[in-house]
Amino acid sequence: MIEVEGLTVRYGGVTSLDDMNLTFEQGTCGLIGPNGAGKTTFFNVLSGFVRPAAGTVRAFGVDLLSMAHFRRARWGVRRTFQTEQAIEELSVFDNVAMVHEHSRLGASTRRSDVLDAIGFTGLDADAKTPDARVRTLTAGQRRLVEVARAVVGRPRLVLLDEPAAGLPEAETSHLGEVIRAIPEHTGALTILVDHDMSLVSACCATTAVLDFGKLIASGPTAAVLRNDDVIRAYLGVA
Amino acid sequence: MRDTLVRADPRSVRQKPGRSQLIRAAVVTVLLLFTLFALPQLLSLYYIDTMTQVAVYSMVTLALGVLAGRVGLVSLGQVAVLAIGAWVAARLLFATTQPYPVILLEAGLITMVAGVVTGLPALRLRGLYLALITLMLAGAITVVLATVNFPNGGHGFLGYNGSLVHIPPIRRPSIASNDPAYFRYAVVVAILMFLLVLAHIKTKPGRAWAAIRQSEPAALAAGINITLYKLWALALASFITGVAGGVLAGAVHYLYSIGFPTQDSITLLAVTLMGGVYSMWGAVVAALLYQFLPALLNNWGVSADWLTILFGLGVLQVLTTAPAGLADQVPRDLARLGRLLRRRLPQSQGQTK
Repeated sequence: MIEVEGLTVRYGGVTSLDDMNLTFEQGTCGLIGPNGAGKTTFFNVLSGFVRPAAGTVRAFGVDLLSMAHFRRARWGVRRTFQTEQAIEELSVFDNVAMVHEHSRLGASTRRSDVLDAIGFTGLDADAKTPDARVRTLTAGQRRLVEVARAVVGRPRLVLLDEPAAGLPEAETSHLGEVIRAIPEHTGALTILVDHDMSLVSACCATTAVLDFGKLIASGPTAAVLRNDDVIRAYLGVA
Repeated sequence: MRDTLVRADPRSVRQKPGRSQLIRAAVVTVLLLFTLFALPQLLSLYYIDTMTQVAVYSMVTLALGVLAGRVGLVSLGQVAVLAIGAWVAARLLFATTQPYPVILLEAGLITMVAGVVTGLPALRLRGLYLALITLMLAGAITVVLATVNFPNGGHGFLGYNGSLVHIPPIRRPSIASNDPAYFRYAVVVAILMFLLVLAHIKTKPGRAWAAIRQSEPAALAAGINITLYKLWALALASFITGVAGGVLAGAVHYLYSIGFPTQDSITLLAVTLMGGVYSMWGAVVAALLYQFLPALLNNWGVSADWLTILFGLGVLQVLTTAPAGLADQVPRDLARLGRLLRRRLPQSQGQTK
């Protein structure tokens, strides 16, 4: 569970998040909104890359903002990036192992945990892929490497920043299956940011909508997507 | 979903070394055996001394490669760090009777502390500003060394006596007192430093450095303490350069501050880029360019000043056509040439029939 109260982020004179109040309970939750609405800024606050001007964030009862950024990842805040950031020169295995070895988990289960995460994303369908260097993979596979990095070990909060951006339909469909399975597989609260509404609808029971840094709606995904304010600000009229 | 997937057998992943790895290990072993046992028999004393310098500077370029190639930190002050290592080793060699390996270890550790302390403020900077700061620090260290001078067997903390007439040479290890033996000694020390770096690259720090170099946000998101790992790289590079300084002290017997000009750090970075910062072979190629090539030109009566032009063109060539350096480009181009010849030869044979 994550509770956000009065979260405000300013870049100079621009307010990127404006007194944001939000609670996500469990499962996979959606966070949508037009470009520049503050979605990635919100993820950056949770990851510790951006220091908010005001507000509090409690995740599973822990004050997240008081933790150093790299400690948050060790504690269990994991994320993917809008521009995919799997480490090109390392193998798939090493990409995932790297996250595990910097977590608080012991080395004894590292190998099995890493292979489990790779298997969870389906990247081991070809037995050679875990040993392949990331630079040799397709865009879809690289996105899955990022997801495997996010779910390895015991994540508490998985933040997925437009994981389906630029992917063909078949790969988006597989990615959707993986995202839906994250909460059950890891027990982590998963927040999905994406512009693909069919993916958000398929994966998220709950969704919140940001516009110009303000939360304009939140609740069950189907109801949110029918909300007039959301249609006006983001979805448009068909 | 997991049950529907064909899972890789965990035992098959990352267990067996590949055929290419075995071939590479065999080639490296043969090359090392040749360098250690055959090369000193084949070369004149002039070239043996030159190759000792190559061994020393391969450690320095290796350290530069760790900083620039692994973590993305550009240092223009590595010659000054080398001078610190040489100074400390010379001082300890004059002042104590400790075994040479212990002296090298101490020189490496003291240089490591000095390198980390001076480099600490620079860690907040990147790119051009970091390069400029390291260059200025190197300049400052050179000025200090010019003032205090290198130890020459005098007394006191600095170990320098300007009125000494007969300056004793800096001693070498008893097992490596002559030039061929000292060359072998330098190569063995260099091998140990290369293995030290290899042990880092293949394990946790190497993976963390790879992540930091590609994307600091991705590294943070993986739980990597970026400051710690940058410091680690800086400490490792300083340690290796300090050890190289210790080997250099024994190689040349007499040290003078004029032998460590600040501008040499720029040339050193240029040859390191030319050799290739991403591969350990690149460090060896860079050291050959930096020490062997001038010696060769000198032997042929050609002015070494031409090298400044050559290195300038070389860096331009590498930056535009081969960012991974000659160590990557030459084997790749030779393989292409081989493929081309294989394609052409059957054709020409067919035409003659």
